[in-house]
Amino acid sequence: MTGAGYIELSYFDLVLAAALILINGLLSVAFRLGLERTLALNAARMVVQLGAIGFVLKFIFAQTSPLWTLGLGLCMVLFAGREAVARQTRRFRGWVAYGLGTSTLLFVGLLAVLFGVGVLIGPDPWYSPRFVLPILGMILGNTLTGISLGLDTLTTAANRERASIEARIALGHTRNDAMSAVTRQALRTGLMPIINAMAATGIVALPGMMTGQILAGVDPVQATKYQLLIMFLIAGGTGLGVLIAVLGGMRLLTDDRHRLRLDRLEKPDQ
Amino acid sequence: MLRIENLEVFGLQPVSLDVRRGKCLAVQGPSGSGKTLLLRAIADLDPAAGRVFLQDRERSSMSGPQWRRHVRYSAAEPGWWRDTVRSHFAETDALEKQAKALGLASGKLDQPITELSTGERQRFALLRAVADGPDVLLLDEPTGALDPKATRQVETLVKRLLRSGVTVLLVSHDPAQVNRLAGRTCTIRGGRLTGGRS
Repeated sequence: MTGAGYIELSYFDLVLAAALILINGLLSVAFRLGLERTLALNAARMVVQLGAIGFVLKFIFAQTSPLWTLGLGLCMVLFAGREAVARQTRRFRGWVAYGLGTSTLLFVGLLAVLFGVGVLIGPDPWYSPRFVLPILGMILGNTLTGISLGLDTLTTAANRERASIEARIALGHTRNDAMSAVTRQALRTGLMPIINAMAATGIVALPGMMTGQILAGVDPVQATKYQLLIMFLIAGGTGLGVLIAVLGGMRLLTDDRHRLRLDRLEKPDQ
Repeated sequence: MLRIENLEVFGLQPVSLDVRRGKCLAVQGPSGSGKTLLLRAIADLDPAAGRVFLQDRERSSMSGPQWRRHVRYSAAEPGWWRDTVRSHFAETDALEKQAKALGLASGKLDQPITELSTGERQRFALLRAVADGPDVLLLDEPTGALDPKATRQVETLVKRLLRSGVTVLLVSHDPAQVNRLAGRTCTIRGGRLTGGRS
């Protein structure tokens, strides 16, 4: 995998780079943002998570077993599902909050891997973890942002627009009609990041995966082709994921008598 | 005729009441006693166990939207989902005349809703609620934000609806209004509704 121009990083290089986090820490102290603890904790979390995944991937790549690939893939989906609802203002009560996000991510991830890796890239064997896992990760990471934004918008807007939604319900409108404005708003918000990303890609930002391939010595044009494939997979996956999660969330916020059921949401955190 | 048997409204003991076609039953009781929740439960806006009949048709035999096209709840603070009043109506031919009868200038129909006063919005919401001819009206403080003249105009409209066979359940804090409109009165006190059965 190491291309012609690949330069290995030493641990000392990393320690020097990590010192840059101190800038954020000083900023927090100087302006009394109160973020020092969170910052330190999350930086440490990142080091541990990335460090661990490095070794886990090394082990799993060495196996090339469909079971290990599936197992780690499922773990990624479960964590992504938790992250998708972790910072919602108003969550659904009970297991539904977690279930909606996770089942959507599972479906989208499976579809994207089958199509992107199985059909388009076509490595041998097709479940080769070196292809499946990074691509699954990128799909999940982006889709969960869309789902999270979409659901957060849906529940917040439904709560804010309660009077106008119930006015329509009282007039005999169906739940689809009564919720159409907030549903549209939630879909738009959920799709916005990937649309922005596509617009900025190549001019403002060189995507991480492409940068990685170039750093590893791959020809930039080849790296671009991979990146385009990924972007299309992400766009399709996010679109599908946002659609399922928002429409699913809309159904959960209403019932079969077409009532608005804000009682199915938790009270917002302070 | 609207008939309710053991409706389990949140915070109330099971409610039974009936109102004959073209009649008005007033619901009285102190603030927070559950009058609004009762009306919402009848319109099927909140889940409530129990049986509700319109004529001989039970509520559970219709879908929620179907039921609410017959049994219409009109909120004390109505919601809007478009910019102007006019865009909330499917049929606007007779609207200006109806608005005038409630003391509303026709220009108000195309003004942004946010610029209308509470009382203007309340009267327009009543017109919206009766526009498609529901059989039962559940009126929650229909004149709460109105001056005496506008109140009279709204009462005239309600009387006309009663004569045409609409059944009305009226929540009002104004005893004189209850006298003018309602044939009977029921009262909610301490979580109990009394006087609902004719």
